[in-house]
Amino acid sequence: MSDGPKAIVAGHGTFAEGIRSAVEQISGRGDCFITISNSGLAPGDIEAKLREAVASTGARIIFTDLPAGSCTLAARRVQRDTPGLIVVTGAALPTILSYACGGDLAKAAEQGRDALTVIEAPRDP
Amino acid sequence: MTLELFRIDDRLIHGQVVVGWGQPCELGFLVLVDDEVATSEWEQELYRMGVPPEMGIYFDSVESAARRLADYRADRRTGMLLTGDIGTMQRLVATAGGIRSVTIGGIHHKPGRTAHERYVYLTDEEEAQLRALAATGVTVSAQDVPQAAAMPLEELLAQDGAS
Repeated sequence: MSDGPKAIVAGHGTFAEGIRSAVEQISGRGDCFITISNSGLAPGDIEAKLREAVASTGARIIFTDLPAGSCTLAARRVQRDTPGLIVVTGAALPTILSYACGGDLAKAAEQGRDALTVIEAPRDP
Repeated sequence: MTLELFRIDDRLIHGQVVVGWGQPCELGFLVLVDDEVATSEWEQELYRMGVPPEMGIYFDSVESAARRLADYRADRRTGMLLTGDIGTMQRLVATAGGIRSVTIGGIHHKPGRTAHERYVYLTDEEEAQLRALAATGVTVSAQDVPQAAAMPLEELLAQDGAS
């Protein structure tokens, strides 16, 4: 699985690098991902970075953090003229880690959805 | 409530708008004013996808936005109107009238622009456009998120650098 980048993680601030770092710490597969931040970038520059990353690595999946985010909009513009490119938005560590370890995107998405849990405060004894 | 916020942001609809402003200000609708987007179903679908179902989104050209502004103002929900550049906002202000304040939410770096804030980069021509807008009586300020203080135009333009 770790023979070079195969997916892109893009998002706000240091989201992408944080995800890559966490995947590396947990599984040693952080090099599955190349990371892009939208910080300080105009929409056209985000799109250009994504296009360059897709072209240079052959990645066919882009994970983004927020459906409304500028990385997601840019990714969809790239997707429009890149056959076979998949965009996964709303992605967090459970999904991306699962993908890094198993390579099954559908399963990774399901595990990501299942992982979101609100743990209520315990009642007073 | 009404259409309260007029924002210039080259990213148009994105996280800062939908979540950063949308949730604390309880935005009920967005108006995206862009002549190109107003004629493209694909572009509209792209932006629509990022907006939660409970938030309305309307697409207008400058001309149609000016025509509908009274309706947007009469809306009981709180709304934000967005343009992607200064020129579009300038045309809207001139066409519609009655717009009293405009916020610069994000104009990012590109060659020829100078940094005034970490999220505001301007060419000399854009600075002149903003001054011209202010000269019509519109209050122009910079503010990326609600938690930040609005920075008056003169203070913004006097600032050198993106620190």
